[in-house]
Amino acid sequence: MTEDKLIIGGISLKNRLFIGSGKYSSNALIPQIIEKSGVHVVTVAVRRVDPGVKEENVLNYIPEGCILMPNTSGARNAEEAVRLARLARAMGCGNWIKIEVISDTKYLLPDNQETLKATEILAKEGFTVLPYMSPELMTARRLYNAGAAAVMPLGAPIGTNKGLKTKELIKIMIDEIDLPIIVDAGIGKPSEAAEAMELGAAAVLVNTAIAAAGNPVGMAEAFSLAVMAGRKAFLSGAGAVREYAEASSPLTGFLYAKE
Amino acid sequence: MLMSFYDVIQEYDKFALNREIQKADTEDVKRALSKESLLIQDFAVLVSPAASLCLEEMAKKAQHITLQHFGKAVVLYAPIYLANYCVNHCVYCGFNSKNILSRRKLSLDELSREAESLSQRGIKHILLLTGESRKHSPVRYIENCVREAGKYFSSISLEVYPLEEDDYRMLAETGADGLTVYQEIYDRDVYAVMHPAGPKKNYRFRLDTPERGCRGGMRSVGIGALLGLGDWRTEAFYTALHAYYLTKKYPDVEISVSLPRMRPHAGSFPVQCPVNDKEFVQIMLAFRLLLPHIGITISTRERADFRDNLIGLGVTRMSAGSVTEVGGYSNKRGDGQFEVSDERSVEEIRQMLYRKGYQPVFKDWQYI
Repeated sequence: MTEDKLIIGGISLKNRLFIGSGKYSSNALIPQIIEKSGVHVVTVAVRRVDPGVKEENVLNYIPEGCILMPNTSGARNAEEAVRLARLARAMGCGNWIKIEVISDTKYLLPDNQETLKATEILAKEGFTVLPYMSPELMTARRLYNAGAAAVMPLGAPIGTNKGLKTKELIKIMIDEIDLPIIVDAGIGKPSEAAEAMELGAAAVLVNTAIAAAGNPVGMAEAFSLAVMAGRKAFLSGAGAVREYAEASSPLTGFLYAKE
Repeated sequence: MLMSFYDVIQEYDKFALNREIQKADTEDVKRALSKESLLIQDFAVLVSPAASLCLEEMAKKAQHITLQHFGKAVVLYAPIYLANYCVNHCVYCGFNSKNILSRRKLSLDELSREAESLSQRGIKHILLLTGESRKHSPVRYIENCVREAGKYFSSISLEVYPLEEDDYRMLAETGADGLTVYQEIYDRDVYAVMHPAGPKKNYRFRLDTPERGCRGGMRSVGIGALLGLGDWRTEAFYTALHAYYLTKKYPDVEISVSLPRMRPHAGSFPVQCPVNDKEFVQIMLAFRLLLPHIGITISTRERADFRDNLIGLGVTRMSAGSVTEVGGYSNKRGDGQFEVSDERSVEEIRQMLYRKGYQPVFKDWQYI
């Protein structure tokens, strides 16, 4: 069997749990979480990055070797997302960009149309583009054609911890789209992260469920283990779910009795 | 003319509203608290006398919601008073044109010194304020100030006299991303008594200001009622109704509410309807429960210990190291709009937040 690798933007990722960075009680938690959970990709809001300061600059807390995935949180349209992405690159945040275009401050649901526009522009500019989206097959196909490196459908609205409410739509995307599908937002428990991985998601991104936990370091570790377990289960091929018990004497056995 | 909040508020008779608020019972409160998403009618229940007996339950839910939406982080900002010239006669305000105080406005050089002094303390988000005087602080002056402040800060909000939509559009393009405008008092009769002369007398023009800001391209718009001027239960309700209306109509704008509570000031206007700490907390919790995603700002009008205790219950933004005198950061002169109750420095507020398990966020927006 070939080695199970997740390669995005030419980089082989060591861990399929991605984390956020904006909701912790202190940035100092980030390196501890990364050390304990082995997380490899961290997303950071460009709007929060402040290279001019030491203690409150989140970039100073991301250990070397980690992949920084700046996000365009705060962008209300494609144009703002593009500007934030370019700014991130100019600030030395690397080549990855998670596109977040949100024009609904209540549910924080992404604007797929504007997200697609921003993806088209930024992919052409050589960014490794990971768009955050409402799960929808046609948009996902268009994002693929636009040059996205992965797509990040939401499991439930950001911060809700409601789990995989969009499961059926995500399943379809996993089946149909030839890109890594990373479930972003809404995952509240490690068991739900495992569920996403069992479905065949390439990775999951978790923020609130870790940041709001009593012990964020412990919770990140739990998520990391769940993601690994879910992945292993997916690769191992879980048994089919059956609605009824399997009768030990087959109901149609009489048809073959004389053979 | 397009429908505005003015048309909405007309539908609410204050006496009927007050009866509605007074008649809510504990069961109504429990029902409201058990809902996942609340309606504006539930807000009336949450500011009722019955709900004042359920503050702990309200606080638990509000804390949970705040943590989910905003995490363990509080954004810090500071005000810069550009000018205190004012032509209004607001009977409760320290800048009232009839009050004898030293009036001045910052030159751009002076603003630059203020900005430098403030930015050295770590502040990145500022609120630029003026009194209402188109003569002393014309839009052109505000525009120049926004441009100058943009050299030092990453987010600039305005708390200036009500402007037209096109002015807001121009100021947003210049670099201002936020607008704060308090109606002060939504009760029209009391509004007339409190604002006897000056342009601010125009209730409707002020009421529609936040909306003009939303349409003009401001990213965030803050509203509020000055607590102490009128019956707080109905005033809180009208503020919530206003916020609810704005969030529905302008989903791409971050709406926030402030809870300015009247403090002593020059001219010493007696507080008409005092709001005690318990009532203040009840209002704040009710806002958080109705509108889980909106910003809630608490200024240095409030005492240090009280502010500290509010963290986690709904507050998302706090001012720090505030000076309300024009030119007060680089040198002390002039009279302030109100007396600051929390005189701690930016560094002290920063340390306090860390001690309470919260991250002080200095930069939460980037001018693009």
